[in-house]
Amino acid sequence: MIELKNINKTFNVGKTKVEALKNINLNVSEGEIFGVIGFSGAGKSTLLRMINLLEKPTSGEVNVKGKNLLTLNERELRNVRKKIGIIFQQFNLLASRNVFDNVAEILRMNHVPKKEIGQKVEELLLLVGLEDKANQYPANLSGGQKQRVGIARALAMDPEILLCDEATSALDPQTTDSILELLLDINKKLGLTIVLITHEMDVIKKTCDRVAVMENGEVIEQGTVIDVFSNPLEATTKSFLRNLYDDTITEDMLVKLRESGHSYILRLAFRGESALDPVLNVISSRYSVITNIVHGSITYLKGTPLGILLVHISGDEANLKQAISYLKDAVYHVDVSLELDERHKEVLAQ
Amino acid sequence: MMERFDELLPLFSISLYETILMVAISLVIATIIGVPLGVLLVITRADHLAPNRWVFQLLNTVVNIIRSLPFIILMLAIIPFTELIVGTSIGIRGAIVPLIVYIAPFIARLVETALLEVDYGIIEAYRGMGASRGQIVTRIILREARSGILLCMTIALIGLIGATAMAGVIGAGGLGDLALRYGYQQWDLPVMFGTVIILIVLVQIIQSLGNYGAKKLKKTA
Repeated sequence: MIELKNINKTFNVGKTKVEALKNINLNVSEGEIFGVIGFSGAGKSTLLRMINLLEKPTSGEVNVKGKNLLTLNERELRNVRKKIGIIFQQFNLLASRNVFDNVAEILRMNHVPKKEIGQKVEELLLLVGLEDKANQYPANLSGGQKQRVGIARALAMDPEILLCDEATSALDPQTTDSILELLLDINKKLGLTIVLITHEMDVIKKTCDRVAVMENGEVIEQGTVIDVFSNPLEATTKSFLRNLYDDTITEDMLVKLRESGHSYILRLAFRGESALDPVLNVISSRYSVITNIVHGSITYLKGTPLGILLVHISGDEANLKQAISYLKDAVYHVDVSLELDERHKEVLAQ
Repeated sequence: MMERFDELLPLFSISLYETILMVAISLVIATIIGVPLGVLLVITRADHLAPNRWVFQLLNTVVNIIRSLPFIILMLAIIPFTELIVGTSIGIRGAIVPLIVYIAPFIARLVETALLEVDYGIIEAYRGMGASRGQIVTRIILREARSGILLCMTIALIGLIGATAMAGVIGAGGLGDLALRYGYQQWDLPVMFGTVIILIVLVQIIQSLGNYGAKKLKKTA
């Protein structure tokens, strides 16, 4: 559906050149919700604007539905854009127009007959739950309601793609959840492909099928949400995930664990049903290793549970090896956590 | 003053009529010139709808040059130009040309300020939805800024009345001419004060109407 190929973007700020995007390659498939997460300044907003060419890449290719947007003329590009809706953190509604007109204006610009506009807007307001607010002005709406107007407006031209630029970042947690549910709903109902950018892992966790992590203009990690969550590779990804479940081990604890002789700290990721298997019992009885749970949590990824356990196991090296290889078969992902991150290594090396 | 009422009434009403005539004609023409210039001063900026450094620099410089001249000097300085356009440099016809030259850049600058108040995010939203530049200018930017534009036009109108009064110097008629000929040259105080009062009332009415209209147009509630 969307393919970004070797995208680079350089901004000239005064005399210095800022590389906002470096060699970005991304593919978004039809009907999926694709998330891009990164700290502010990572380049994710610029990346999102590549998809409808609000920002033009310095080099690279932007393909939407098999068309290279960079080869289109102004009019062709505008026609493509009509099928790509976009919503914003700051909503960007027309302050001088009521809710109805905010949604209707883009239809009027496209010469849709008046009667159809009335029907369409009514339908859309019903979809976003604002059917009773048609005559209100944006100034009288809450943040969540404003974003619903934004969504209704973005859907007016029956787009196939919806771009969400930090759409929930200005909203409180409850409102955020209700907007995310609406996005999931329209993704399902309308088969809309959604690309969203955010700095909150919570948003990714609740809505996305796949995720890309950005840092300094580069995509440093990408994959299915379940893979990235169960086995984050990059420090930035780990730090984002720590906002959801904090599985850091304190230095005190590491020192103590080290005293208990030959041992490993394992990070086990369980997915769905496998969370119920008594794997720790099995390894302690079958391989006579001592197991000790250091941390445990369950996260729901779009409804699918992902369990994370940090387990300290100690015993005979040969038995430990066998226990670990057993676990690797039994659970979704095993990280032999002596290498969990650099800090642990240093402490353990003392 | 009362005993001179019959004598002064036609004098004042003719002058007021002449002032309104000059103001109306020059305001209409200056608006037709000034608003598009204001739009250009906004959309030709870097990172706006139609970035064009040369057009922006040119307009910006011209507007600055004209804006730096007091009306009385501008009016006298462009006499050859005025004669070229309307064939005379005196009377109402002779005044309208400098009035337009004076107020159009003022309107452009004020409109520019009003249009810049429209958040670029809104413009980006409609660009993203495939609206054309023309649609964005006429249906989004101008429409969103219309309350601010009305306030700008109010300020321009008041400035124009002030300038019109100065046009009395070239015998353009109007309230300025009246105050100059009777009030100053013959030291006729009742005429002088009458002119002052009419001008004050006129400006008050215009400003109040402008404020009221702008509030109505804002319509955010």
